[in-house]
Amino acid sequence: MSTIQEAIKERILILDGAMGTMLQRYNFSEEDFRGERFKDFPHPLKGNNDLLSLTQPQAIRAVHAAYYEAGADIVETNTFSGTTIGMADYFMEDLVYELNYESAKIAREVADEFTAKNPAKPRFVAGSIGPTNRTASMSPDVNDPGYRAVTFDDLRIAYKQQVEALLDGGCDLLLVETIFDTLNAKAALFAIEEVKDERNIDVPIMVSGTITDASGRTLSGQTVEAFLISVSHIPLLSVGFNCALGADLLKPYLKTLAQHTQFNVSAHPNAGLPNAFGQYDETPEQTQVFIKEYLDDNLINIIGGCCGTTPDHIRLMAEVAKDYKPRVAPVFA
Amino acid sequence: MTEKRRDLVLSGLEPLIITPESVFVNIGERTNVTGSRKFLRLIKEEKYDEALDIARQQVEGGAQIIDINMDEGMLDGVQAMTKFLNLIASEPDISRVPIMIDSSKWDIIEAGLKVVQGKSVVNSISLKEGEEAFIHHAKLIKRYGAAAIIMAFDEVGQADNYDRRIEICQRSYDILVNQVGFPPQDIIFDLNIFPVATGMEEHRLNAIDFFRGTKWVRENLPHAHISGGVSNVSFSFRGNDHVREAMHSVFLYHAIKNGMTMGIVNPEMLTIYDDIEKDLLEHVEDVILDRRDDATERLLDFAENVKGEVKSDEKAVQEWRLGTVQERITHSLVKGVDAFIEEDVEEARLAATKPIEVIEINLMTGMNVVGDLFGSGKMFLPQVVKSARVMKKAVAYLLPFIEASKQAGDKSGNGKILMATVKGDVHDIGKNIVSVVLACNNYEIVDLGVMVPPEKIIAAAIEHNVDIIGLSGLITPSLDEMVYLAKELDKQGIKIPIMIGGATTSRAHTAVKIAPQYRETVIHVNDASRAVTVAGNLLDHNRKIYAADIRAEYDSFRETFLNRSRDKNFLTIEDARKNKLQLDWSEYTPVKPKVIGPQIVDVELDVLVPYIDWTPFFQTWELYGKYPAILTDEVVGEQATSVFADAQAMLKIILEEKKLKAKGIYGIFPCNQVDDDDIELRDENGKVLEKFLTLRVQSQKTKGAPNIALADFILPKESGIDDYMGAFCVTTGFGVDEWAAEYEKNLDDYNSIMVKALADRFAEAFAEYLHERVRKDFWGYDREESLTNEELIKENYKGIRPAPGYPACPDHLEKPTIWKLLDVEKQIGVKLTESMAMWPASSVSGYYFGNPKSKYFGLGKIKEDQVADYAKRRNVPLEYAQKWLNPNIAD
Repeated sequence: MSTIQEAIKERILILDGAMGTMLQRYNFSEEDFRGERFKDFPHPLKGNNDLLSLTQPQAIRAVHAAYYEAGADIVETNTFSGTTIGMADYFMEDLVYELNYESAKIAREVADEFTAKNPAKPRFVAGSIGPTNRTASMSPDVNDPGYRAVTFDDLRIAYKQQVEALLDGGCDLLLVETIFDTLNAKAALFAIEEVKDERNIDVPIMVSGTITDASGRTLSGQTVEAFLISVSHIPLLSVGFNCALGADLLKPYLKTLAQHTQFNVSAHPNAGLPNAFGQYDETPEQTQVFIKEYLDDNLINIIGGCCGTTPDHIRLMAEVAKDYKPRVAPVFA
Repeated sequence: MTEKRRDLVLSGLEPLIITPESVFVNIGERTNVTGSRKFLRLIKEEKYDEALDIARQQVEGGAQIIDINMDEGMLDGVQAMTKFLNLIASEPDISRVPIMIDSSKWDIIEAGLKVVQGKSVVNSISLKEGEEAFIHHAKLIKRYGAAAIIMAFDEVGQADNYDRRIEICQRSYDILVNQVGFPPQDIIFDLNIFPVATGMEEHRLNAIDFFRGTKWVRENLPHAHISGGVSNVSFSFRGNDHVREAMHSVFLYHAIKNGMTMGIVNPEMLTIYDDIEKDLLEHVEDVILDRRDDATERLLDFAENVKGEVKSDEKAVQEWRLGTVQERITHSLVKGVDAFIEEDVEEARLAATKPIEVIEINLMTGMNVVGDLFGSGKMFLPQVVKSARVMKKAVAYLLPFIEASKQAGDKSGNGKILMATVKGDVHDIGKNIVSVVLACNNYEIVDLGVMVPPEKIIAAAIEHNVDIIGLSGLITPSLDEMVYLAKELDKQGIKIPIMIGGATTSRAHTAVKIAPQYRETVIHVNDASRAVTVAGNLLDHNRKIYAADIRAEYDSFRETFLNRSRDKNFLTIEDARKNKLQLDWSEYTPVKPKVIGPQIVDVELDVLVPYIDWTPFFQTWELYGKYPAILTDEVVGEQATSVFADAQAMLKIILEEKKLKAKGIYGIFPCNQVDDDDIELRDENGKVLEKFLTLRVQSQKTKGAPNIALADFILPKESGIDDYMGAFCVTTGFGVDEWAAEYEKNLDDYNSIMVKALADRFAEAFAEYLHERVRKDFWGYDREESLTNEELIKENYKGIRPAPGYPACPDHLEKPTIWKLLDVEKQIGVKLTESMAMWPASSVSGYYFGNPKSKYFGLGKIKEDQVADYAKRRNVPLEYAQKWLNPNIAD
C-alpha cells in the first residue's frame, strides 16, 4: 500500500468537504447530542459536534463514507474542537482523549473499508486540529493589550494531548487548520514535534491558514508570506489555506503562497461567502469552475472544501482534478 | 556543483527576506535596557506607552528588525520580556518587523519565543556552557521556529582574534547543521565587534580581524550570515558623537564589503560614508584599518577639534502635526497614535460649544475614516483595535468635561446597557465603538468583553439589572449564537430588549431568525450613531409603541422575506391555479350598483377632515405614537401637540382659502373572472372594456391554504351571472408643489413639509371617504354599514380597495388599465409618470372589491412560468414583464 508521500507525487489528492454542513442536515436535538451516555450531563451539549463521534457515530461514519464515495483521498476526523480548551465550553475537558481517539478510529475504519474495495486508491485519515477559540497573540480585552487569554504552553499541552489521541486512533497524518493566529499553530506544531520526538516516528503534517478578508492577512495580522515563513520551520507535507473565503477570493493568496514555498500546496475553501443567514450558496458546479482555474494555474497538490461544501462539491473537484498533474514547486535560483 | 540558494527569511506581520542581493539589514537597538538608560527607566516605571514609542520610532526610523533586551538585575526578565512583546504584538506598525529576542539568559529567550507569532531571531546562544546546552537550546529554537545569532564564544572564552573566530564558527556550524539539523541560512554569527583606538596595542587589529573573519565565514560556511553590535567599535570616543558616527559608518562600510549582512546600529548615530569630511575620514580609516602606528593618537588629537555641533535631540516636528485639529485627530485615530490625542482633543474642546461635540463630530469623523479603510481592506484588525484605544483615551479625557457640562438632575443616567460579543467570536471593535458612543450619551455600560457564553450574558443581565442587552458578532457562527441567546432569554422569561450589531448581522437575519425567538424587542442596529437613537427609543416612555412598530416592521419584513426565500417551494402556475381560493358562490348574490361606469366626485375639503388618519402624520415628523394619545404622551406629547397645533392652523388656511382641491373619479362595472386569473370588465351593454390581470401566489402554502389571486374574489364567467367591481382615483395634490415651493424660498422647510404632509393626509382621507360612499351608497352593497372613524381606519368594513403597487397586486402596469377605464387623466388631471407614479403625488388609486369574503394578502414571490404566462396575457415582451415584476420574481 502506498504512502501519502508517494501518492501526492503521482496525483492531486482530494480532501473531504465540510463536516458541520453535513451534520446540520441531521438536525440533531439536544437529546441526540446527549445520547444515552450523557443524558444527565449537567450542561447543555447541543452544538458540540465533536461529541457526536461518541453519541451519533453512525452519522460521522456516514459523512466520511459519503466523502470517500465522492472521491476523497483524505478525510478529516471530527475533532476540530477537540482540545481541553475547546471542550471547556461544554465542561468536557476530561473526554478529550476519548473524543479524538474514537473519531480517529471511526475515520480509520471507513478508510480501510474503501481501501479494501479499491486498493489502487488508498484512503487516508487526517487528524483535524482546529485553532481553538482563543488567540495567543491578541488580547480579548481592548483596555489591556498585553493580556492573553491563553498562553503558548496552555496550547502546547492541549494540542499534545489531542495529537497523541489522534495518532493512537490511527490517523495517517495531521492537519493543523483554520489558523487565524499563527502563534496558536506554532504551539500545535511544537506539540507535534514533541510527540514525534518522544515516539521516534514521523508523521506527515498539513498546515492550513485562514485569510480572513480583503486585507489579505490572517486575523492576527500576518501577510501570506509572513505566515508561510512563520510555519516553515517544520518539514510539512503541505501548506495552504482554508475557510473564510470561497475559492475565487482565495485564489490570489494561494498564488502568492504557491510561488514562495517548496512544500506541497493545499486549499480547502468555503463554498463561497455566506449569505445573511450564514448559509453557503455556491453550487458544486460553480466551485468546480474556480478549482479548474487553480489547476490550470498549477497551484495545488491537495484540494478539498471547508464550510458549506458537500460530497457533490468534492465529487466535481475530484472529477476535474483527475486530468491534471500535481503542482510542481518553483525552482529558486 | 551549485548549491541551491537559501535565503534567510524572517517575519513579523510582514516578511523580511535577506538574499545575497539584500542591502544591509538594520537592527534597532534602543529597546535594550542595557544600552538605553531611558528605556530601562520606562520599563522599570512600567511606562509601557512611552517604551512602545521608542520601539515605534525605531521602525519609523528604518529598523528592519528590533532588538529587545530586558537583562537587568532589578527586572524580572521573563515577565518584562513577555509583557513587552505582548504589547508590541498589539502595535501593528511595530510588530510588522521581526523581533530579535536578546538575552544572555535562556529562560528569558524562551519566554520571548512563546509570545511571537512571526519568525524571530534569538540573540544569542553559544558554546560557552558546552555542547550539550548549546545543542539543547538550538533544538528548541528550531522547534519554536526562529533563527539564531551564534556568538563566537566557547568553553574557553570569547573569540578575540581571527583564528579563534574561525575555529569557533566552524565548530558551531558543524554541530548545528549536522547534529541539530539547524537550517544553515538561519545561522547568524556574531563575531564580536571590539573597540579600536583604545590605546592598547592588542586592540589595534580588532576591526580588521572582524572583517577577515566575516569574509572567511561567508566563504566557508555556506548560507550563514554575520551580525554584530556596531557601536562597540567606537567605545573609546564616548562623548564625541561626531567622531563616533564617522567611525560607525567607516566600520560598516568595510564590514559590509566583507559580507556582514546585518547589525545592531542606532540609525541616529550614523552618517553617510560619503558625507564624512575628508580629513576626518582619513583619520578614522587609519584607525579602523590599522594603517599607521600613530593612528590612535592622531585621531584623538583630531577629535578635540571636531567635538561636533550639539545635535538636536528633538526630532523635527513631524509634518502631520502641522495640520488642522481635525486632520490631526483623524491622523491619530487612523495611525493609532495616542501621544497627542489629549492635546488635540483639548484644542477641539475649547473650540466646540459643547464637549460632547468633540466626540460626535471630530472623533466620529476620524473613526469613519478608520471604518472606511477597514471596510476596503486597507486597514486590518489590530490597527483598528488600536484606533479604538485612541478613541477611548480621547473619550476618557473628555468625560469629566461632559459630566461637568451636564445639567443638574441629568445625573441619573439614561439607562444601563450590557454589551457583549457572543460566544466563539473575538471581534469587539464595533461593540466597543457602540459602547463608547453610548457611554458618551450618558448610558452606563456593562461590558462583558468577547466570547461571552450565553449563561454569562443572562446572569450578568439579571445581576446588573440592565435595560438593554447589546450583542455583537463578526463571524457567521455568531448569528446562531444570537438566535440561541434570544431563545434562552425567552425561555427564562426575561424582558430586556436586545440590540444586535456587527458585520455579519443584518436586518434580514434579525427579523427572520432572532426576533421570532423572543417576546421582547429585538432590533438590528447597523451603526454606532444610530445606537443612541435606538437605545433612547427603547427606553423612553413611548417604548411600547416603538416596540410595537419595530415588531410590526420586522414581522412584515419577515413575511416578505420568507415569501421570496429561495428555499421555499413553489407550485407551477398550473398547480397554483388548481389550488385557487374556492368561494362558495351559492351563498353569494352580486349587488348591482345604482350607476354603471365612471362618475366624477366633487367634495368639499371640510367634509374630508373627519376622515383624516393623523397617526401617519406624526410619523412623518418622527414622533411615534397613536393619535390622539400621542398629544398627551409624557415624552413626545409636547412636541406632538405643538406640531398638531401648527397643522390645525394650516388646515384652517387650507379650508378657508381653498388652497387644495379634492378631485376624484370612480366607476363600478359588470365583470367576471375569466381564465382563472383575469377579470373582464364590461359596460352596461355587455361590451368588454378592459381586463384586469391579477397575479397568483405561487409559494407553497401550508396544507389546505389556497394559492390566492385577486380574481378569486370575482364570480367566474361560467356562472352566467354578472358580478361587479370598481376602480377609483382621487387627488388633493394640485397646487401643493407650488405652495410648498413658496415656503422653501423663504427657507421655511418646516411649513413646506407641513403642506405636503397635510395634502397626503387629505388624499388618504378622500380615498377613505369615497370608499365609504361607494359601499353605502353609490354601489350600496352595504347600506347598513355604520362604523366609527376609528373602525374605518382599522378597515373593519366589508370588501377591500387594494392598490396596484402594493402587496396584493404589486403590478404597476394595472394602473394604465384603470386610467383607460376611467379616463382618469382627462377627467381629473392626474397623470402617470413613466415609472407609473401618480402626479400630483398626493393622489390615491385602486380597485374596489365588494365580496364580503375578499381580503388583503401579500403576493410574495412568483416564478418565471407565471411571468411568461403574464407576458402573454398582457401581450408584452417577456423582458418587459420581467422588468416590471422583478421585485417579485423568485431567484
